[in-house]
Amino acid sequence: MAITTTLSGKLSMALAIGGLAWTALQTYIIHSFGFGWYTAAIDGIVSAIPLAASCWLIDNNLRYYQPGKGSYINLLIWCVVLAGVSTLSVRWALPMFKLGQPYFDFLKQSLTIRLFTSFLAIGWMAMISLIWYVQQDQKENEKRKAEAEQLARDAELYNLRQQLQPHFLFNSLNSINALIGFKPDEARKMIHQLSDFLRGTLKKDDQKQINFSEELQHLNLYLEIEKVRFGHRLQTEISCVDKCKDAMLPPLLLQPIVENAIKFGLYDTTGDVTISIRAEIEDNYLVIMVQNPYDPQTARAQHGTGFGVRGIQRRLYLLFARNDLVETYQNDDIFTIMIKIPQA
Amino acid sequence: MKRVLIIDDEPLARMVVQEYLQPFNTEVQVMQECGDGFEGIKAIMQHQPDLIFLDVQMPKINGFEMLELVDPAPQVIFTTAFDEYAIKAFETHAVDYLLKPFSRERFNKAVEKYLSQNAVKPAAKPNEALLETAAQSPAQHERIVVKTGTKVKIIPVQDIEYLAADDDYVSIYTPEGSFLKNKTMSFFEQTLDARHFARVHRSYIVSVAQITRIDPFEKDAHVAILKSGTRIPVSKAGYVKLKQVLGI
Repeated sequence: MAITTTLSGKLSMALAIGGLAWTALQTYIIHSFGFGWYTAAIDGIVSAIPLAASCWLIDNNLRYYQPGKGSYINLLIWCVVLAGVSTLSVRWALPMFKLGQPYFDFLKQSLTIRLFTSFLAIGWMAMISLIWYVQQDQKENEKRKAEAEQLARDAELYNLRQQLQPHFLFNSLNSINALIGFKPDEARKMIHQLSDFLRGTLKKDDQKQINFSEELQHLNLYLEIEKVRFGHRLQTEISCVDKCKDAMLPPLLLQPIVENAIKFGLYDTTGDVTISIRAEIEDNYLVIMVQNPYDPQTARAQHGTGFGVRGIQRRLYLLFARNDLVETYQNDDIFTIMIKIPQA
Repeated sequence: MKRVLIIDDEPLARMVVQEYLQPFNTEVQVMQECGDGFEGIKAIMQHQPDLIFLDVQMPKINGFEMLELVDPAPQVIFTTAFDEYAIKAFETHAVDYLLKPFSRERFNKAVEKYLSQNAVKPAAKPNEALLETAAQSPAQHERIVVKTGTKVKIIPVQDIEYLAADDDYVSIYTPEGSFLKNKTMSFFEQTLDARHFARVHRSYIVSVAQITRIDPFEKDAHVAILKSGTRIPVSKAGYVKLKQVLGI
């Protein structure tokens, strides 16, 4: 609101300066036709007043109402009418100053030209105002849109991070319930792992990247829990070269990918499942590959385009504005997802 | 002595049930534990159990799909961690179910309820309506599980060419041959994705992607010709539906 007030303040200032300049110019022109400075100045001032009023009127109108594409003709008509009224009021007002017959004749002769200059001045004002306010509106719209987008983006990122499956949580609690009876120490350990994992998913700030070894630590908590749940059916292989450890990536990116792999690996086959996770540095990218076995005969239709992969793709798009950071491959009975994280 | 099976893919989850069943060891006997639906089907055929504890989310085929394939089905106490469709199915059909993790008290109540019911009357037939409600789950819109002899076959819906009514069964036609499923045409009409399948006739549902041509046939009727060359009759009402799906 404050911005619009100062803006309109600036605008009326510009209008006043324009009016003064116009008066001075007209005074000089009238004087150059051979009339005295007094006569010329009266003419300049009296002509400028209705003109300024017309300009103010049209500017004010356009501030609150911008004509649509079809109604520009209305604006033109308004300009013509205002120019006519200004000229008529000059024609009516100036003779009252009793400036002599030669000036009166000159006034009558110059009415047409006065009409046209008035029209041009008012038209010019209308155009400037129109452009100004349309631009102003557009700026505001864009700002609003950007704000809405930012909000939506934050919410979406939040949601994508919060894809913690209730299924996982309840089943983990059920496993703990089983362990309490005959392996209380393991139950206790699992409770600690689960709470560390949950805490890790809560406090991360999405915009702040973390290094790969930190992310790997979080992933290991998750994997330990899943291994307790699924017993010998689930095995993992993690290989990562040393220089990956300091590579940066958005927090909580890896775990949903591995969760997806485990889900499809374990629910799509009945045998033992090895999930392999590999990380490399390649051309200034951190490249992470996660593989899981699957059954090409019965693989569910959503595999590969399912929410898991789409969510990761969307998240990387929101963070890096790029769509080419996730790739999936299926050969024989191995499904591979490869993600690339640009390094600064 | 009641014969019991525990079917769950998580070993620790099976262990909880075993442990909770200990106090009932004069009334029930655990015959076997199974880690997935295939093992479950085999064990049910082998042991003919009176009661099974059945997890819903399991590898390859879920608990409901497994139940569809066993005949006669034993009494079931479902165990699940979280599955909104399953829970909806249980609630509407008043089957006993245990939400993991469940307490010993809750477990005892379920087992005692089963034992007292079966003391008076023999096991009721498995609830068809329950399975139909459970089949509303999106996961089950993508495949159909059938049994051929002793083998279980999973048919992804995109492999289906058409379905035809066949007495009390429905024949599912795929490039690999046809399979019988003990369901009604209206069941498939409801569960298959209406954007890809159209019931073009009282006795036929066709995969829209398989249609290459639709020719007029006698008066008011049409015939759809599939990629495989099969001719499927299209009724007057079916033709209207088909036009809707195809957007013409």
